[in-house]
Formats: sequence, structure tokens, C-alpha cells
Amino acid sequence: MLSRTLTTWLLSTSLGGLVLAVLYPTGRYLVPPAAAESASASVTLPFAPDDMQPNSAEIFRFGSRPGILVRTPSGEFRAFSAACTHLACIVQYRGDIGHIWCACHNGHFDLNGRNIEGPPPTPLETYTVNVRDDQIVVSRGA
Amino acid sequence: MSRFRQWSAVCVTWLDERVGLAGLKALAMKKQVPVHRHSIWYYLGGMTLFLFVVQVATGILLLFYYRPSADEAYESIQFLMAEVQFGWLVRSIHSWSANLMIVTLFIHLFSVLLMKAYRPPRELTWFTGVGLMGLAMAFGFTGYLLPWNELAYFATRVGTEILGVVPIVGDFMLRVARGGDDVTGATLTRFYAFHVAVLPLVAGLILGVHLFLVQKLGMSVPPGIEREGGAKGSMPFVPNFLLRDLVGWLTALAILAALAAYIPAELGAKADPFAPAPAGIKPEWYFMFTFQTLKYLPAHILGIEGEVVGILGFGLAGVLLLLIPFLDRRTARGEPSKLFTWITIGMIVYIVVLTYLGYTADPTQ
Repeated sequence: MLSRTLTTWLLSTSLGGLVLAVLYPTGRYLVPPAAAESASASVTLPFAPDDMQPNSAEIFRFGSRPGILVRTPSGEFRAFSAACTHLACIVQYRGDIGHIWCACHNGHFDLNGRNIEGPPPTPLETYTVNVRDDQIVVSRGA
Repeated sequence: MSRFRQWSAVCVTWLDERVGLAGLKALAMKKQVPVHRHSIWYYLGGMTLFLFVVQVATGILLLFYYRPSADEAYESIQFLMAEVQFGWLVRSIHSWSANLMIVTLFIHLFSVLLMKAYRPPRELTWFTGVGLMGLAMAFGFTGYLLPWNELAYFATRVGTEILGVVPIVGDFMLRVARGGDDVTGATLTRFYAFHVAVLPLVAGLILGVHLFLVQKLGMSVPPGIEREGGAKGSMPFVPNFLLRDLVGWLTALAILAALAAYIPAELGAKADPFAPAPAGIKPEWYFMFTFQTLKYLPAHILGIEGEVVGILGFGLAGVLLLLIPFLDRRTARGEPSKLFTWITIGMIVYIVVLTYLGYTADPTQ
């Protein structure tokens, strides 16, 4: 005959096992699978250099992430990640003050992507821009 | 005796033999509501409950047309508002009732704080109440995204990004909340599941405990009134207080109907994950004071990123709010507690001022 202690032990471990067998798969189920990062390190933009006036900007797709291409008042092209480093709203270019600006919490970046005013703690990620004839190619890293 | 009366008497007897109606009646009649100069605040909890019932009813109606996907959500609401008969009314009532419910909930919370109704033996009533406030805000946050419009999209981007700020577990929490790294259709289905299934279930359970405790412990008489010799009398909960409650509910319904009819809920532009956040973007009004605080914090405070300080600060404030029954020792001992009265007033002033600034300060400055 099984002793009372052994019976209690068997009951409680199987109950514990049952709880774990339910909770673990449920927990894993709720964590989304890791999406493959966009492999491409560069993107050809769907518009030509001449489409953009100086002192303006366009948002473009860099894989699944938004980027911002700024044409400075002097006509130069610069590209950055468009996700604000504060709380990831998408930034815009303000021609009136020549800053990249985030409307969510009033964060300002200069045309080198540096955080110069407001809450953003770090600069925007900078991309390399190459203009070849009528194509603009933006690439990550140097 | 008329035939109807005979039949109803038979029904009552039949039910009484099976479920013991007499016991239920005794329970309902037992409760007395104290009458004193602050009794008016007792009606706010009932009003919040009424608006919650309106939310459940209109929410179920919305489910008949809503489609939870990034491609169809916005269009399904457009269809609901433009084509479905009274669709605009059902959605407007759902939206306004949510806002009014948060208003009555906040007034209920602050009146409980000022009347020190959290003191022993009502700590558990306070905990469940604060829990319900958290759930109401979670309802608001998840429901805000469901129309998949521009404002909702950015509010959710910022709101979930805030989770990522929490040290150590932040990144993990952010991914679980969004269903991935970004706010996408996966986030929408997740929020939908929370909004229509998980939160109602949890809220229903906690609400049950809250109401049970209110019924069991009765209404709290403010310590000030007790020191003056107690309430001047009391009235039975059934039917005297309940009928007065009913007047409160009807008032809430009238306000709700007027707001929904004259200021219908808007839909705005469809969310575009590749468009800049529009100038003047705002969260729901009850998140406005936190949003405005984050705007004023500098990039770094004592070497720590400003938003980390802000968000951990609000988290800490929430925990302290929950623990008030244990922190306010003077009230627990039955002594006057001016400090906690002033803390409450301070919180109200802070929320009102920051919310006001959020709506009036120039967003581009």
C-alpha cells in the first residue's frame, strides 16, 4: 500500500506537471516568432534626384523600416532612419527651421541626424546615399 | 387575485424551492447606505458600472461588422459608419461611453481617496478598484488601435515603445505586445484578442470581487464624519438607494446620447506605417498628462535617458497609489491624515494642469 506522503507527492508533482504542461506552451505561443531581418543592405529609391526640390524630404521603405531622405537647401542628399530615437514615431523634415522633427514629443535633429533639442536621447541612424544618374541608392553602413 | 399574479406566485415559489430566493432577498435588504453630506460620491461607482455595461452591449454589436486585419479594419469601420443603419450611433456610443466611464472612474477613485475609504478593512476593495482602473486604461489603449487609423497607429507605436524602455525585460515585453518588432497587422489581432476576450474576462472576475466586497463591507463613512459623531442616518440599499442610482444612470445615458448624436466618433485617415507622424498628434485624453510630461523631460537626467526616468517614475507612482492603504498609517489608526489629503489634491492638480497644457501648448514649439 502506498504511504500517504508518497500519494501526496505523486498527486502534487503530477498536478505541477499538468500546470507546467499548459503554461509553458501557452507562454511560448504568445511570443511571436523572430522575423527574418531584411537581408538587403541597400535600396534603390522609387524616385529620381530631380523629383526632389532642395529643402524637402521623402519617406522611403528600407526593408520593413521607414527611412527619410533629405535634400538639403544646398542640394545635397542625406538619408537617416525615420524612426525617432525617443519613442519611435516617424520623423518629418521641416523646411521652415531646417530640422528633422518628430511631431510626437517635439524632438529636433539637425541635418547630420544629431539630436539637438527635445527628448530624443541619441542621433538618428545615418545611411549612405549614392546618386548614379537618375537613381538614388541608399545603403546601410559605410 | 388575477391570473397573472397567481402564475407569478407559482413561479416565485418554484424558484424559491430550488435556489432559495428568501436568502437572496435577505442579502439584498440587509445593506444600508449611510446618509451624510458626502453621500453624493457613493453614486459614482454605480455610474461607472452602468457605463461598463453599455460598453459590453455596444462592443458586442460592433463585433458583428468589425474585421480585425490591417487590410480590412479601417474599411469595415468606414462601412459601419456610412452604410450600416445606426452603425455611427453604436460606434459613437461605444467611444463616448468609454470616455465617460474613465471620467466617472477617476472621480470615483479620487473621491474614495479623499474620503479615505481605502482604510481597513477595505484594502482589498481598494486593490481591486485600482486593478479595474488599470484594466479600463488597457481597454482604452487596445481599443484605440482597432480602427487602424493614423492617430491610433502612432499612439500605439509610442505606447508600446514605452514598454521597451523598461530595463531588462523591456525588449521582450515590447515584442510580445506588438506580436513582432513593429506595429503591424499582427499587433492589431493581438490587441483585438486582448480587447474582446482577455480583458473582459479578467475585468469581469475582478469586478465580481469588487462588488462582492462592497456588498459585504458596506459603504465607508468618511473619518471626518465619524469624528463628528457618525452619519445622521441611513437608507436601505434596496429600493431607496438603488432608485437614486437609477437616476444617476439615466443622467449618464442622457449625456451619452447627446454626445453620441451631436459629436459622433471620428475615423480620420487610414494608418500608413510609412508616413510621418502628423503635427499635433495626441493620445487619448486620459494619457495626456503622461504624454505631456514626457515632452518636458530633457534627453538625459543624471546620466539616465529622460524617458526611462519618466516612465519608471509613473510606474513607481502607480505602485505607491496601489499601496496607499498600507502607507497611510494615520488613517488606519483612526487619526486625521492631512498629508494624504494634500497628496491626493496634488495628484488632481498635476493631472489637470498637464492635461490642460497638452491641449493648449503649441505642439511645434
